[in-house]
Amino acid sequence: MSSKPAISYQHVTKRFGSLAAVDNVSLDIVEGEFVAVVGGSGSGKTTLLRLANRLIEADSGTITVEGEDVRNVDPVALRRRIGYVFQSGGLFPHLSVADNIGITPKLLGQPETAVAGRVDELLELVQLDRAKHRDRLPEALSGGERQRVGVARALAARPRLVLMDEPFGALDPLTRDALGDDYRALHRKLGLTTVMITHDMTEAILLADRIAVMRGGRLLAQGTAAELSNSSDDYVLELLRTPRRQVERLNALLPTGGAA
Amino acid sequence: MSLFTDPRWGEALAHLPDYLGNHVRVSLAALALGLAVSLPLAILTRNRPAPRGILLALASIVQTVPGLALLALFYPLLLLAASVTLAWFGVSFSAFGFLPAMLALALYSMLPVLRNGITGLNGIDPALIESAEGVGMTARQSLLIVELPLALPVMMAGIRTAAVWVIGTATLSTPIGQTSLGNYIFAGLQTQNWVFVLFGCVASALLALAVDQLLGLIESGLRRRSRARSGLGALGIAALVAATLVPTMGRSSSGYVVGAKTFAEQYVLSALMRDRLQAAGLAATARSGLGSSVVFGALKAGDIDLYVDYSGTLWANQLHRTDIKPRAELVAELKAALAKDDITLLGELGFENAYALVMPRRRADALGIRTVADLAAHSATLSIAGDYEFFSRPEWAALQKAYGLQFRAQRQMQPDFMYAAVASGEVDVIAGYTSDGLIAKYELTALDDPKRAIPPYDAILLLAPKRAGDARLQAALKPLLGKIDIATMREANLRASGNDANSSPDAVARWLWEKVGGR
Repeated sequence: MSSKPAISYQHVTKRFGSLAAVDNVSLDIVEGEFVAVVGGSGSGKTTLLRLANRLIEADSGTITVEGEDVRNVDPVALRRRIGYVFQSGGLFPHLSVADNIGITPKLLGQPETAVAGRVDELLELVQLDRAKHRDRLPEALSGGERQRVGVARALAARPRLVLMDEPFGALDPLTRDALGDDYRALHRKLGLTTVMITHDMTEAILLADRIAVMRGGRLLAQGTAAELSNSSDDYVLELLRTPRRQVERLNALLPTGGAA
Repeated sequence: MSLFTDPRWGEALAHLPDYLGNHVRVSLAALALGLAVSLPLAILTRNRPAPRGILLALASIVQTVPGLALLALFYPLLLLAASVTLAWFGVSFSAFGFLPAMLALALYSMLPVLRNGITGLNGIDPALIESAEGVGMTARQSLLIVELPLALPVMMAGIRTAAVWVIGTATLSTPIGQTSLGNYIFAGLQTQNWVFVLFGCVASALLALAVDQLLGLIESGLRRRSRARSGLGALGIAALVAATLVPTMGRSSSGYVVGAKTFAEQYVLSALMRDRLQAAGLAATARSGLGSSVVFGALKAGDIDLYVDYSGTLWANQLHRTDIKPRAELVAELKAALAKDDITLLGELGFENAYALVMPRRRADALGIRTVADLAAHSATLSIAGDYEFFSRPEWAALQKAYGLQFRAQRQMQPDFMYAAVASGEVDVIAGYTSDGLIAKYELTALDDPKRAIPPYDAILLLAPKRAGDARLQAALKPLLGKIDIATMREANLRASGNDANSSPDAVARWLWEKVGGR
């Protein structure tokens, strides 16, 4: 793993009126890393994510993506080279699965046959049946299938960076678990750099290499789960306690060596 | 004769290609223009509440203007615009018929398109617009690929409403010179030809229904994302438009256009003149049902070539004269005045169609009323009815002033209903027309005007400036001049007011020619 930052936030602040949604945050995400940004609602984690592809513009500070200051990059071109997975898929309901997945390559002007081929590759990659799902409309898919399409769409233009906004939040636990693992595998296989937002510390610990904790627009702590557990911040420790408590209770409740 | 074997159905059917084709043409053009203006406005203002509010308020105000008034307003407006462009750029355009009708109808179509357009665009889940931005669409791509397609079903519902409104309202474009299915209705109402009225209503209702259903099919296709459904609807619309437009396409509109105002006598006379021109080997069509204020302007501008007006009407409304002269003098002076506008007053037809105060003969005798002066003593207890323009005409002001008339109530009525109304006692006095055959039929009497407050109303034949030196035209019309006396015209009008197969303007015109042709 190289240590060149894929995304770098330097003293970034974004205000909405009098509220500082992101307050003087500095954070480097190294190439190939999987970083989870954890925080409650209103912590500024979504704003932080969207600053990276200029869906939101920073008031002050510097953000660089692959070494370039984002202010010097055309926002549309920037978004086309960064994959983005939306909370509940964000699929266009009037377009077929194939058209949804192929949208960014098509916007980039890639020829129709190339786009079609890429769509088939991606369906396979996210483990959806080509014949069964290709021409369906999003409304005919289950929640998990929809999110797989969302991931496929984000990957379609072969980005090196993927931003994910609570991608698995609305799914049932089994689907969520499977999808998380599958994505983690893709991340590794394709050599992606991923920033994922979640309010679920367990999910963050299980999927991410490194965790950034946000609260009230400030970055409270960052590091591996082990590093965070040495934090002096009460909120961070409280966040880490929850999964631990869950594990302890589960261990107590579930018979060891059983079928589960 | 049963309702279904009435030959007037055949006559109505013969007009269908022309009326329907023109109706569809003007509706389609109006809708296209309305959409071309409204959709961009809806897109531009969707995120700007202030201009959006103003726009919707304006469109709503337009909607509250009655269709007939809106159409009528566009005629003088365009006339003014045409005179301005003529003065400034040396080019003019016709303010008559198609253009004012299309503009007024386009304006009428805007509200539902704007409202549904804005509602449709604003109703899109903001997450989808973010998503469009997130995958790398420009604002324009987001609009074209995501927002418009998603708003389309709601927009289509607005277009559907607009189409039905436009098709319905287009029937009211007849008085400003646009041929439409309204021609049946206006002609039918004026000549008590209920077959025509019914035919016109059913035809426009069927057209509106068919368009509504087909657009509905497209709309539901868009909603259910079914290409087959919306394709079928679009195909249906295309077939309908082709079927209605093709029969009249390539048909030359050259030839003489005979104008007629909106009452039976005018329908008969225009049919008579058209027949005379055709008999002389000249191509001619009648353009009937034109508003009284529209028809003179249309002649002056050359949109129609000839029509019959009445000397007193032009004297008061065009020359703005309030003094009264004897018949022959008034016509001579009018002729000289019209000549300044290059309009030819070819001559009098021979009868007068004056306004007269009319009441039942028996009632008049009982009250001892013979003249308007006698009536004045009773007027405070009586009610009067007139046609739509009478009470705003200078003649009415002159009558009131000369005799000190003060009626208890005054009402406006469809001319053909007035006579029955006064005969049945619904009103006491009406402002009728001296050439009307119904005066005799209902045993009414026209009161004398001893102070001569009402000017003479000789029926006079007028030619457009561009026909001033047209010898063939004038020769074809000459046999009519001075030949139609009041008795003959009354009988013709009585026939035209009947409700049988021989009462159509065309049939009465043939009868009239048989009577006067040999004179």
